[in-house]
Amino acid sequence: MKYSYYPGCTLKNKAQDLDRFARASAAALGFELVEIPEWQCCGGVYPLGTDEIATKLSSVRALNYAKEQQQDLVTLCSACHHVLKRVNDDMKNVGDIRTRANNYCGFEEPYQGETRVLHFLEVLKDVIGFDELAKKVVNPLEGRKIGAYYGCLTLRPGKILDFDDPENPKIMEDFIRALGAEPVIYSMRNECCGGYVSLKDPEFTKTRTKMIFDDSTGFGADCLITACPLCMYNLNKSEASSKVPVYYFTELLAEALGVKEEA
Amino acid sequence: MQKIGVFVCHCGTNIAATVDVKKVVELVRYEPGVVYADDYMYMCSEAGQEKIIEAIKEYGLTGLVICSCSPRMHEKTFRACAEKAGLNPYMVEVANIREQCSWIHKDKEEATKKAVILARAAIAKVNLNTPLKEGESPVTKRALVIGGGIAGIQTALDIADAGYEVDIVEKEPSIGGRMSQFDKTFPTLDCASCILTPKMVEVNQHPNITLYTYSEVEKVSGYVGNFEVDIRKKARSVDADKCTGCGECSAKCPLGKIGNIPSEFDRGLRNRPAIYMPFAQAVPAVPVIDRENCTYFKTGKCGVCAKICPSKAVDYEQQDEIVTVKYGAIVVATGFDIINLDKFGEYAYNESPDVITSIELERLMNAAGPTGGHLERMSDHKQPKDIVFIQCVGSRCDSEEKGKPYCSKVCCMYTAKHAMLIKDHWPDTNITVFYIDVRTPGKNFDEFYRRAVEQYHVNYIKGQVGKVMPQPDGSLLVQAADLLDGKQIRMKADMVVLAAAIEPNPDVRKIATMLTASIDNNNFLTEAHAKLRPVESPTAGIFLSGMAQGPKDIPETVSQAGAAAVKVIGLLAKDHLKTNPCTAQCDTLLCNGCSTCANVCPYGAITYDDVQVMDHGLRETRRVAQVNLALCQGCGACTSACPSGAMDLQGFSNRQITTEVDAICR
Repeated sequence: MKYSYYPGCTLKNKAQDLDRFARASAAALGFELVEIPEWQCCGGVYPLGTDEIATKLSSVRALNYAKEQQQDLVTLCSACHHVLKRVNDDMKNVGDIRTRANNYCGFEEPYQGETRVLHFLEVLKDVIGFDELAKKVVNPLEGRKIGAYYGCLTLRPGKILDFDDPENPKIMEDFIRALGAEPVIYSMRNECCGGYVSLKDPEFTKTRTKMIFDDSTGFGADCLITACPLCMYNLNKSEASSKVPVYYFTELLAEALGVKEEA
Repeated sequence: MQKIGVFVCHCGTNIAATVDVKKVVELVRYEPGVVYADDYMYMCSEAGQEKIIEAIKEYGLTGLVICSCSPRMHEKTFRACAEKAGLNPYMVEVANIREQCSWIHKDKEEATKKAVILARAAIAKVNLNTPLKEGESPVTKRALVIGGGIAGIQTALDIADAGYEVDIVEKEPSIGGRMSQFDKTFPTLDCASCILTPKMVEVNQHPNITLYTYSEVEKVSGYVGNFEVDIRKKARSVDADKCTGCGECSAKCPLGKIGNIPSEFDRGLRNRPAIYMPFAQAVPAVPVIDRENCTYFKTGKCGVCAKICPSKAVDYEQQDEIVTVKYGAIVVATGFDIINLDKFGEYAYNESPDVITSIELERLMNAAGPTGGHLERMSDHKQPKDIVFIQCVGSRCDSEEKGKPYCSKVCCMYTAKHAMLIKDHWPDTNITVFYIDVRTPGKNFDEFYRRAVEQYHVNYIKGQVGKVMPQPDGSLLVQAADLLDGKQIRMKADMVVLAAAIEPNPDVRKIATMLTASIDNNNFLTEAHAKLRPVESPTAGIFLSGMAQGPKDIPETVSQAGAAAVKVIGLLAKDHLKTNPCTAQCDTLLCNGCSTCANVCPYGAITYDDVQVMDHGLRETRRVAQVNLALCQGCGACTSACPSGAMDLQGFSNRQITTEVDAICR
């Protein structure tokens, strides 16, 4: 099984772990992530301005490329996942954006939102299946109590991302169970870490991340997992991260599948 | 040739501001058949009607066209007026130049043109009208009330007191409905049971009332004055004639302790046995066996209740029974429930046992409830010190998938009630209420709410709660916005109470379909007229009572219940009803017996018969449609479905309608 793969900028530098463990795990699970050529940055933030399309075009090109390959488009980073799904929704449902983006790109055939965008976790859940994943685990993470940290971008807006229930998500908890560990459910798991505000007001982000650590450790988490490089950055700035490490979910996946060393 | 009079109404400025009434009169004056045309300020007034009567007499009019409001409003008025002058009432046609013209148009010239066209169509039709005679149908002097809550109880009592027989069908094992679950009632704080249970007993003992509890309406046929209803009496597995209601069976049922069957009456806050009465004051005081959970019905073993029963009333062999009863009128009083909160994950209702709904709080505050009236957290049985109330959970909600667009109307008042009752018992409790708006119209209602704020110092904060977070120490963290202060708030709470939106009982859809009574987008039953006929369904003979029609509190429900009863009594007091003469007729020479009409008839009024017909000198036997005039409601479905044009509706004949279309297209 081959997927078009959109890694995104951060996975090429700060978040290389998210990328390489995902590729190694995919190989172990029998599917391939084929990086699309000449991808460009998604912008990191979905542009809310309705009157310009320039910042949406890199996503449109990636989506159209996957369509031409007749493949689903897989991504790992929360921000890329968020932007790609929302732009895809625009291309499907917002006539004005669709027309202008197609006029500019001049594809052979207009792109109308045909590509299915999948988060890596969705591939695990819907294509591989968590039961099957559990069978392929060679180093079960027994005894570990893991808090899934979703952040905000992975889940919202719930209707467009169609990823999980934004208020009570459970995909990462099911993932943790499949790896043989125990998920820790805590309220702050779908709250914002502070995001880009860390650039302007680092104290604010510190307050947010402290709340996340207090809540998760209060319920017994010994580590956190995330899919978002920005959450990772902000959480790692917190003092608490020295005691409660934060991992990309792909790292624990690779560990459980026994492919961490080779990655 | 008819001699037609046309009367154009100004309706004050309702019509005259947009339609040039005088011009309409001038333009229709020379239409074929018209011998008289005039206008008047208010045609429906006494003076207006006098004008019509005089014209009928003076010009020998044989047909009338009234250009005015919708026929739903005043067709009856003008028909009666014509009858007074000796004219057959079915020689009157109304051209609706208000709702369908002046109210919806702005351009006077265009609107005037349209009014003339509508008048022409009506004139063309009257030219083909023939006098029709109303028939008569008898009235069965018995009413059915569906639902045994306070709405149904009050309606039934009022009808029964007037001397008519009433049956109540209630699907639960006891009557009493939601009100029996409540603790105290606003704004006077009298105990719900103390004012409800005497009424329940009265219903049970009333010589004119028959109770069908643990029963459901299964099938409805017939029409106003002559309904026939199948009622399924579900097997109680207890012989009501032998049972003394001693309660031994429930006390000894082994599942009472180990069964984990949540009590519906206590909203799952405690468990009940498999043989049970919903509550101690149940009417009738006869238990039922919940066959889905009962060990005997599941495995054939146990049988403790049958052994223990001193009066040998337990009957495992009992079967469902269908009784068929005739009624003249049917009242729908199916009540409400609260919405499912699965879509409101942010409030952690499914995650934390200390996040409860207001109706669960009623049970917790109730002396007969699961905690004996002692307010405690379901997680650790400790008394809560800090309580947060969240208003409008699903009410006034802009997301259709999540909640309801309407205000549930009762939540502001019952929350103020809860806050004061808690403060009365445990004065050092801190209570915070998050609200969008506090809405307390009603007699002594705002005073009641002010008392909560000013005397009981309940902390009201305008703003919505974003999230309720269960904390590692077992408390709840409430995150909210204070809109007046423009601040984010995080506040600890021991208990959170959700004022969940109310919605009509889910069964109402099924019942409305059986009754052909219309319901709105929110599944509330629709009134015949929102202002002038608020307790009647548009379907004749069907009446509305209580929350089934829309959100309302107990005083309003009781008033509406009485109003519905008056309407029912008004109907049952008649020996005969006039039947609509606009019924379908079959031309047997054209009918080919294809059954298309019978398939579309919603009233089952069409049957088939073999008749001898002479066709061009040949005698032959044909299968042809026959219309039962007592059942036909004149909807016209058969006439438009009939492929051979054999079906025709009196008063709305195919020819009349095509003539109207011709007049419009002229």
